[in-house]
This record gives sequence, structure tokens and C-alpha cells, in this order.
Amino acid sequence: MKKSTAGDFLLYDESSNSYRADPEQLVRDDVEKHYWRNVARTVVKDWRLYLMLVPMLLVFLFWKYFPMYELLRCFKVNDEIKEVSDQFFLGFSNFKRLLAGQDTLSTEFWRALRNTFLLSFYGLCFGFPVPVILALFFNEIKSNLLRSVYQVLTYLPKFISTVVMTSLVTMLVKQGSLTSNMGILSQALHSLGLISEEVANAGLLNNPSFFRSIYQISGIWESAGYDSIVFFAAIIAISPTSYEAAQIDGAGKMAQMRYVVLPSILSTLVIMLITRIGSLLQVGYEKVLLLYNTNIYVTADVVSTFAQRYGMGSSGQQGLASAAEMMSNVVGMLLVIGSNTIARKATDVSLY
Amino acid sequence: MKRKLEISELIFKVISYTLLTMFALCCLYPFVYTISASISGQHAVDYSEVVLFPKDVQFDAFREMFTNNMFWNSYSNTLFLTVYGTIWALLVAILGAYALSKKRLLFRRFFNFFLVFTMWFSAGIIPQYLNYLDTKEVFNAVGITDDKWLVVIAMGMAAMNIILLRNAFEGVPSDIEEAAIVDGATEFQVLSKVYIPMSKSTIATVALFFGISRWNGYYWARQMISNSNEHPLQVFIRLKLEEYTDPEFIAGWNETYSSDSVIYALIVCSVVPILIIYPFIQKYFAKGVNVGGVKE
Repeated sequence: MKKSTAGDFLLYDESSNSYRADPEQLVRDDVEKHYWRNVARTVVKDWRLYLMLVPMLLVFLFWKYFPMYELLRCFKVNDEIKEVSDQFFLGFSNFKRLLAGQDTLSTEFWRALRNTFLLSFYGLCFGFPVPVILALFFNEIKSNLLRSVYQVLTYLPKFISTVVMTSLVTMLVKQGSLTSNMGILSQALHSLGLISEEVANAGLLNNPSFFRSIYQISGIWESAGYDSIVFFAAIIAISPTSYEAAQIDGAGKMAQMRYVVLPSILSTLVIMLITRIGSLLQVGYEKVLLLYNTNIYVTADVVSTFAQRYGMGSSGQQGLASAAEMMSNVVGMLLVIGSNTIARKATDVSLY
Repeated sequence: MKRKLEISELIFKVISYTLLTMFALCCLYPFVYTISASISGQHAVDYSEVVLFPKDVQFDAFREMFTNNMFWNSYSNTLFLTVYGTIWALLVAILGAYALSKKRLLFRRFFNFFLVFTMWFSAGIIPQYLNYLDTKEVFNAVGITDDKWLVVIAMGMAAMNIILLRNAFEGVPSDIEEAAIVDGATEFQVLSKVYIPMSKSTIATVALFFGISRWNGYYWARQMISNSNEHPLQVFIRLKLEEYTDPEFIAGWNETYSSDSVIYALIVCSVVPILIIYPFIQKYFAKGVNVGGVKE
């Protein structure tokens, strides 16, 4: 090991034949010793820049981080006392009750968790491939005008609000008799022989076995066109010479897909897939809330709707409801971070 | 060999045109049906005689909407929320994103994390609800009794939009900024004279994201706005839907138009403004998606 000598810290001054302190080292020492004073100095000097940051920080602090403080409620139970800080610490009884309770509450929670996962999982299985396929199809259309027409039409549903979309769905499959009041979609499905008359009469949204299909199909209808934009951008970036080279080598359409298109859009595919996996436990609660009713809780109730049913209103069990949502959110966060880490390792592309 | 190539490509082409056309028609059909059903007669709608084109045309359902004061009220409330909400969110986002885009900002990594963490973890509905209730009390104490301001100020901020803006600002060449500083521009002037004009299209995209989410916002508006005169359009539509699909209500319905037509007419009224501006904003929407990758 190299021994440190005086020369490391001091400079030899030839004129006076003595050592003096290295001015750069003095500055370094000064920076270390007065770190916060220097920070304050920089901030004051550059005050305009830091002032710009303030509104954003306040908005996020007040309305994104303060609610996290309210999560302390999960560990407490006495809901009559309004202030979180006044309640006594209770430990994990809320969590225990949800996870391992012997009552209907625990059953309902597990059901909600399962539904949340299944809705996202089916969304991944059916909702993910459709935009990719659409993008491949868009690429086949060589006329720009025609392609724009198709794109405009397929992006359109994305602009419609959840309320309008769910209202439309409700109206299209609503209950009624075959002759009157029945939704036009129920009627079409019945005349195609896909559903029986009783099912159509009762209304598809009152039948638990149809909720998942309705949710997925309306989801694809709403966002497949819009989601295809990112894949189409990746496909259109492929140079035409790549196709020509493949054609000269005798590649058919399928071979071109396999050896030209797929490698070019692979990184986009992986990123999008990972985002989807990361959000496996996030289901748009607004849509579920607007579509479901007491008849179909079996398949439609998700964690957020479970939480809002128990946590709001007069019977508010806020601690319990927050605990339910917090568990799913924490697992969701781990999924996001985990999938992002895998993405970085695998493709050198990171989302955050 | 050559021949075989053409066949496989031809088949793929035919399949893509067919399926695309089908999908595009599926996207379009509900809108056409909605318009037709909203202007068809009572018998035609209730007995499902309307499939594509309107039958026994009437405009009474629209008349009922247009003579309803609550409808116009909700419309103006939505405009209020959209305009002020977008301006507020955009202001906060642009200022914050500009500061974050500067390499010389101290604790930059921390501020970025502060932002990104909210994308990973959210406290959930109940804590947010309780937090908004507290905010409402504070607002009332200060003298802001109109709940719309609560929705405008407290809701709808999204970290993703700020990150989009930050990335756009980072892409502005620093030479131009330096030139402006040499000419004596302050920080605010650099932002307004250099950065904002140079990232116009990203700002338009982000403004659009904010605007659309405000126009379409429903859940928190319904939870937090207690006075029904202050409800935005989406809440109004939902309440009407709940009222008009109630079997008892339908049984007592006695008009020349179907009760369904009123709902369809409402949907038309809510969608038409978006359809009108849609051709102009569509390109910005497509742009926003392509800026997906985020660096830290």
C-alpha cells in the first residue's frame, strides 16, 4: 500500500523553501465542510429555476403523497375517530382479516383479487396481440389516403369517455324481450344462435359469465387502434431494401415476417409487453364501476371496487378498504419494478 | 418460385384488407347506430327496427335535452373544468418539466424519483378520497366554496405528461439558450421565448392529454362535487342513464320517442365536440405515443 506523504496534500513552494496548502484541496475541503451552505448559495443564486419547481412539488406532495400518509389507517381500526394520528396502532389485524379471515369479507377479497388478475391477464392475452396485428395490416396498405381513413376510424373510440363507452355498452346489451326494448347487440347475438333467448332477455350485463368477454371486447374496441400506433411506427421504420433483399433470397410473406419484421419490432414488442405485465394488477376501476351490478360481483368485482364499496358511504370501513387496495398496489409496484429490471437486463431499454 | 411469392403476399393482402375493413366498421358502427337511434321514432327504437338508418325521424329527444337547463349547466361546467383544468395542469407541468430538464438542478435525481414513484405506487381510492375531503375543508375555510375548483386544482396531474415535456425540453439545443442568456434573458424569458416555441408540438400533445382527460373525467367529479348544479356532463349522462334504464321509469314512459333516444341523444351531444376537433388534433395524439421511452 502506498503511504501518503505530505506532498499529497501540500505543495512545495520553492521560493520560500516551505510547504503550503494546495488551494484546490482547500476548495475541496471547503465544499465538504460547508455542503449545505453551498447548496443554499446555489439555490439563492438560481432562485428562479427552483421557484419553477415549487408548484409541481406542492401538487404532488399534497395530492399524491399525503394520501399515502392516510394509508396508516390500514394499521388501525377505529373509524369513528377522523384524524389518523389520533387512532391507536393496531398492527396487522386488517390484513389478517382480509387474507385469512373466516367470513365472507375474506372470501370477497380473494375473489376481487382473482378477478383483478384475470381481467388483466385476459387483457394481456387478447388485447396485446390485436394492435400488433393491426399494425401489420396497416403496413400492407400502400395508399396513404386509404390508410389514414382506416387509422382515423380505428383511433376514434379512444377519444370517447369511459362514461359514454359504458353507456353505449349498457344500451347495446340491455335487457328486454325479443320484440321490444332489447339491446341491438343482444338481439344480433341471439339471431346468430350464440346466446339463448333467456340469456338475451335477462340482459348480458346481468349474467356473470359474460362480463369478462364484454370487458375485453369493449377494451379492444376502445384502444386497439390507438395502441397500434407505436407498433406501426416501428414497422414503417424498416427500410424497403430489407424486404427486397429477403424477396431476392426467396422469402415468402411468412418468412419476411419472421426474418425482417419481427427482429425490427422486437424491442418495441418487449417494452410494450413488459409495461403490460407491470400493470397486471391495475384495472381501470372506473370502467368496472360503471359496468358492474350486484348480479355479477362474482366475476366483475375487482380490488378497487371492493375497496370503494367498503370504504365509502355510511358503513365506511376505511382501514380495511385501504388495506385491501394497498396490498394489491404494493404487489403491483413490485411487478412494475421487477419487469423493468428484466427489461433493462434483456434489451438495454428501460422505461423509467 | 416467383409465382409462389406473389400468391402468399396476395393472400396476406386480401386478409389484411378484409379484417381491417371489418374492424374499422365495428369501430364506426356504434356511432352511426347511436345517431340513428337518437332521431328515430318510439316504436322503431323500442322494437329494434333501427339497425343502420333512422326510421320515423323525430328530433323530440334532442328537444327534450336542449330545453333541459341541467343539460346546459353540465355542459358549461365541463367547459369550465376542461379550460381551467388544462391551463392549470399545463402551467404546473411546463414549469416543473423545465426545471427538471436542467442538468445544473441540484438533487435532480431525487426530484425525478419523486415524480416517477407516483407512477409506480398510488395510495388507492380511499386514502385519496379522504385526502380530497380534507382538501375540500381547507378550500372551504379559505373561501373557495365552489367544488369545481377542487377538481381543477387537486386532480388530474400525471407524472407521465411531465416526463414527456421534460424529454422535449432536454432535446432543445443548448446553444440557443446560451445565446439568449448572453443577450440578457432571464430564466423565465428563456423558457417562454426559447423552450416553449421550440417544443410546441409536444406541449400541444400534453395539453391534449390533459384536456381530454378533463373532458372525460367522471369518478372524482361525481364523488367530490356535492351540488348537482355543478356536475359536469359525464356525471349528468351517467345519472340520466341510471334514471332512464330503470324498468319502472320505462313502464311509465309515454312519449312519441323512446326513452332510449334521450340517452343516445345525450351521447351524441357529448361526442360531437370531440368529433369536430378530432381531425385537427389526431396527429398530436399519434405523436405522444411515440415518445414512449423514458430516460432517467
